[in-house]
Amino acid sequence: MAEVTSQGGENDQQNGATDPAAIAGRERLAEQVQRTGMFGAGDTGDTSGYGGLKVRRAPLLASPRPYGSYFDELADSLESAMNAAGTSYDAAIPLVVVSNGELTLYVRREHLLSVASQLRDHPDLSFEMCLGVSGVHYPDDAGAELHAVYHLLSITHNRRVRVEVTAPDADPHVPSLVDIYPTNDWHERETWDFFGLIFDGHPALTRIEMPDDWRGHPQRKDYPLGGIPVEYRGATIPPPDERRSYE
Amino acid sequence: MTAPSESRTGGSSPQDSTEGRVYDVGGADWDDVVAAAQSPDFQSSDERMVVNMGPQHPSTHGVLRLILTLDGETVTELRPVIGYLHTGIEKNMEFRTWTQGVTFCTRADYLAPLFNEAAYCLAVEKLLGVEAEIPERATVLRVLLMELNRIGSHLTAVGTFGLEIGATTVFIYGMREREKTLDLLELITGLRMNNAYIRPGGVSQDLPAGAIERLREYVRIMPGLLGEIRALFDAAPVFLARTKNVAYLDVTGCMALGVTGPILRAAGLPWDLRKSQPYCGYETYEFDVPTRTTCDAYGRYIVRMDEMEQSLRIIAQCVDRLSGVPIGSQPVMIEDKKIGWPAKLALGPDGLGNSPDHIAHIMSQSMEALIHHFKLVTEGFRVPAGQSYVGVESPRGELGCHAVSDGGTRPYRVHLRDPSFTNLQSVSVMAEGGLVADVIVAVASIDPVLGGVDR
Repeated sequence: MAEVTSQGGENDQQNGATDPAAIAGRERLAEQVQRTGMFGAGDTGDTSGYGGLKVRRAPLLASPRPYGSYFDELADSLESAMNAAGTSYDAAIPLVVVSNGELTLYVRREHLLSVASQLRDHPDLSFEMCLGVSGVHYPDDAGAELHAVYHLLSITHNRRVRVEVTAPDADPHVPSLVDIYPTNDWHERETWDFFGLIFDGHPALTRIEMPDDWRGHPQRKDYPLGGIPVEYRGATIPPPDERRSYE
Repeated sequence: MTAPSESRTGGSSPQDSTEGRVYDVGGADWDDVVAAAQSPDFQSSDERMVVNMGPQHPSTHGVLRLILTLDGETVTELRPVIGYLHTGIEKNMEFRTWTQGVTFCTRADYLAPLFNEAAYCLAVEKLLGVEAEIPERATVLRVLLMELNRIGSHLTAVGTFGLEIGATTVFIYGMREREKTLDLLELITGLRMNNAYIRPGGVSQDLPAGAIERLREYVRIMPGLLGEIRALFDAAPVFLARTKNVAYLDVTGCMALGVTGPILRAAGLPWDLRKSQPYCGYETYEFDVPTRTTCDAYGRYIVRMDEMEQSLRIIAQCVDRLSGVPIGSQPVMIEDKKIGWPAKLALGPDGLGNSPDHIAHIMSQSMEALIHHFKLVTEGFRVPAGQSYVGVESPRGELGCHAVSDGGTRPYRVHLRDPSFTNLQSVSVMAEGGLVADVIVAVASIDPVLGGVDR
């Protein structure tokens, strides 16, 4: 769609050297294509989201004390439990965010196991159940591109807490919680499958949803939707984003 | 399972194996198979039989593959293999607006579509901070639809449970009663499944005319119909023999494996998010949380039957709240014009669609209304950056939705914590050490829906 058409080109060549309008037209057509398609939605064919807003950063807004609700009590219990166990609460949890009525503890990955075991075992915390891990990929969050988000549930106290751990793309390792919460076995396999986060210490970190020989991790932001050729009985059709366009 | 490969009678081509002997049952006479399995040569060896079950198998409840290691009739190892139904629902949702996301997530757990929608919409509304602005009638409609859906899902669970252990009558009964439930869902939402009825901000439309009467009739006849299933199953000796003390999983096991729902309640823990962490106003309804302490497949069946009776109680209360007001007189979508869908659905001369009044308004009266409609429908609304998690009590346990927004018009990431996915992990614990036949019972008692497992 950005190609210069040659219709009526002869006439242009005759007058174009001096006609300012023709010069301006040629310059405009020679410019680099800024965007294609309608409304700036260049990534997919649909017209939704044409606002083109791109904020590829995890919102990190530290919440000051008091957190409100049961969150202060929970944080105090965790702090005393960790200090009693000989680990530093402040070193392990650099950031606490309270938003939407939910408490998020950002935990440094090297302290994840000690924090998780305190959360599970300390009687004032008693987060008996882990609801799995959900990966999130923030390509623009330099040094912490991959996030692993754990949701913990305490049936004893009827409370919830979210634990978030980050890892850089260059070193995508997070300790496995399978020893503490066996339910995370499949959840960690899924997060590895979709995001490429390696959970160190997992008994068998293999693909679970995608085929064993799949290349890439499909739910990362740099993995396109579609993006793979359709194969059927030897014939191959290019992926939807590479098929010829009629625009 | 047949004679060693050198004396194999069946099978089209000899299989190459670098290790051990390969047994192939293809085309072999069953007598030869039995003889080979009973031969002293085989009996004395420490070889174990690895049997593949699925992914296309009538008893695996869906496209689920189980790899069983057998010692005689005893299962020594069971490894479930999933992923055959992965359709990238979570990835697709990142490329559509927040409202369009409902159409995708409803297809995850296809037996409980309204729960997927509810969990997702509650998570989006939490991010928007508009929980208090959802109209009362929309909330009641959500509860009504979810409880109808719970009955439909449990009837499938109980029906296929029967089918998989050979009780076809129960299957037919279950499907017949489920059909009555689906008729109601179709009447109210327009679709039997994949309803996309619950939307961020409310529900897509109000009840149609005559729905209250149909719901009352349903509440009146269902206890008798459920009683018919109970009369067939509750005390049937064969059923008891197949399910009592089979697929055992106690509270400790449930906690470790993250198992929720009827399995946890059949282990004796009355954990139901509708009671413990109420959403959609469940705290204002009167109902009980049925439990059993048997920890086995039978307990799970009984819990499901009891839950259906409780759901009928909730439906009756919903119907009371919804009746007495002319249909369409109360809003079912949030009043906020920046979020609520601009058009109401109505039956026009060419079928169901945007209401003719609305079309007339935007096409010939107000340019601003047209722009507003266009912007909201194609671009969608923006959701403040942040993340939220909402768990609802689906028929299978805690269905969680983790929604992340970057402040844009599409989800940055949506993760569905599906109870089937988590609960299915426990099948190894339930079935290992038991008989092959009990594997079927274990899977059926978990009631996994592979659409939800694989998403």
